[in-house]
Parts: sequence; C-alpha cells; structure tokens
Amino acid sequence: MSTVTVDDHLYGEAHELAVDEKRVVVGYGFWIFLLSDIVMFSAFFAAYAVLAHATAGGPDGMQLFSQRSVAIETVCLLASSYTCGLMQLAVTSRRYAVTYLMAFMTFVLGACFLTLELREFSSMIALGAGPQRSAFLSSFFTLVGCHGLHVAAGLIWLAVMMAQVLIKGLYDATVERRLLCFSLFWHALDIVWVWLFTVVYLMGVLS
Amino acid sequence: MSESYYDRAPGDASALPDIEQGRTSGVLVYTIGMGLAVGLTALSFWAANTSLLWAGGVSLGLTALAIAQMGVHLVFFLHVTTGPDNTNNVMALAFGMLIVFLVVVGSLLIMADLNDSMMPGPEIMNLHMQR
Repeated sequence: MSTVTVDDHLYGEAHELAVDEKRVVVGYGFWIFLLSDIVMFSAFFAAYAVLAHATAGGPDGMQLFSQRSVAIETVCLLASSYTCGLMQLAVTSRRYAVTYLMAFMTFVLGACFLTLELREFSSMIALGAGPQRSAFLSSFFTLVGCHGLHVAAGLIWLAVMMAQVLIKGLYDATVERRLLCFSLFWHALDIVWVWLFTVVYLMGVLS
Repeated sequence: MSESYYDRAPGDASALPDIEQGRTSGVLVYTIGMGLAVGLTALSFWAANTSLLWAGGVSLGLTALAIAQMGVHLVFFLHVTTGPDNTNNVMALAFGMLIVFLVVVGSLLIMADLNDSMMPGPEIMNLHMQR
C-alpha cells in the first residue's frame, strides 16, 4: 500500500510506520467491505424499483408512507452522522469526555431512528400491509428492513466499542482502528438512507 | 525518506497525525458537510411536495439531488478526495459505483423490456371470444 522506504537502523520510526500502515490497510479492507455491502443494497434497490408498482390490488406507497415520520428519521440519521464525525475527531485527539458524549448522542439518535422505523413497520402490518401482501411490500420490507438491520448492528457495535474504550483506552491502536471502521460504517449507512428516502419515500408519493 | 507518499485510510481526515492543527478545521469540515446535507435534504422534500415544478422532471431532479448529497457525504464525512494519497480508495469507489450502476440500470432496462414484450392480456389471448 505505502511506498515509504525506511532505513533499517531507524527501528522506532519503522515500527511507527508499520502501525500507521496497518491502519491504512484495515481501513482500505473495510472500505472494500462497505462497497460490497452497497452493491448488495443496489440489488435490493433494483428489485424494489422493478416491483414498486406491483401492488396486487393492495395499498400503494402513496397511501402508506408518512412523509413527516420519514423527515424526522432523516434528521435523526443525519444528526447522528454528524455526531459520529465529531466523535471520530475526539478519538484522534484522545479526548475521552467528548468521545463518550458524542458516542452517546450518536447512539440515542440512531435508536430514535430505529424506533420510528419499527413503529412505521408495525402500523403498516396492523393495516394489513405486511410483507406478504404484495410484491411491492415484500421488496419494501426487504430493502428498508435490511437498512434498519444494519443500523441495529451499528448500535450494538457502538456500545461494544464504548466498552472497549472504557477498558482499553483511546491510546490502544486496535481500538482506534475499530472506531475508524465504525465511523466509516455509520457514514456509509447514511448514504444508503439518502437513496432510500429519495427512491422509496419521495418518489413513492410522486406518481 | 526524502520522498514519501502516504496512503490514506478511507475516513481519515489527514494521513499525518497532525492532531492539534487538524481539530478545529475538522469540526468545520463536518459542520459544512452537515449544513450542505440538510440543505439538499430539505430541497428534496420540497421538490417532492411542491406543485411549482413540472411533475415529469421531479423524479429526475430528486435523483440529481441524491447524487449531490452522496457526493457531499463522501467528501465531507468519508474524506474521499482526489489527492494522490487517496487513489486506492477512489478506484475502489469507482469500481463499486460501476457495479451498482450496472445492477440497477440493467435490471430496470431488462424488466421494462420484458414487460413490453410480454404476451398480451387474457382478453386478447382468449380465442373463444374472438370468433
């Protein structure tokens, strides 16, 4: 990855560079994983776009989607992405209090998002518009549910990372690398959500 | 060590751990990104609900807004730039986007074509009624 050349006798510097290089390699590997995850989402998006009008006489998006709750969910996820970025800055400058505060805010905002989404799902199912109703709803629940599942996994990951910060501290290179991966994951989920609210919710209420 | 090119991990604000200098500007970068993202999101919601715009072009406009917001997220939150320390990340991203484009646009094209060349409905196909 890196083309840095170091003289052999400069062991300390070489060691430091090795740590730095590992950070780059781990980040790059996780970046590849995220891109493959986005490719998976693109397949779900394609399925949804194809099946969006296959309502089988059931309710369509215009009747089911509430733009207000989607707007609140979007604000929650955007704000949590922002606090996650601030947490990442606090991690690189080794400030514990800010790290915990920002991680807590990220967690709360993510949990708010998830709660709103689950409430939306349960109200749709209560209306008889569950995933078994039509191909449109099957693909809707698969796509949006898969994103929600990612957010839930991210929340668990964040909680585990805070426990690791508590035990190992922010000077641990492993913890720092994992936190870098977490923030990548969280920002990538936000990108998926941008496409989700555009394609599913906003275009769904257009036609 | 005269010439050294650092690769940058995706999401890293800076390849060199220049902490004290990068802190305030880092907050600024995230805040600018947040402001742009909120603005684009608000524009998307407005465009979907207004009656001022030509209805046929709204979905295209929404797509453009989503692409713009994806760019904002990539630059301001994920710190993907076009710098020489970022080549690997950008190449991986470009390949990923190519696959995403092929999957989505390919599926839509193929399915639209299949729908077009589908056999006509039962009213026309029912030979008993056509006598």
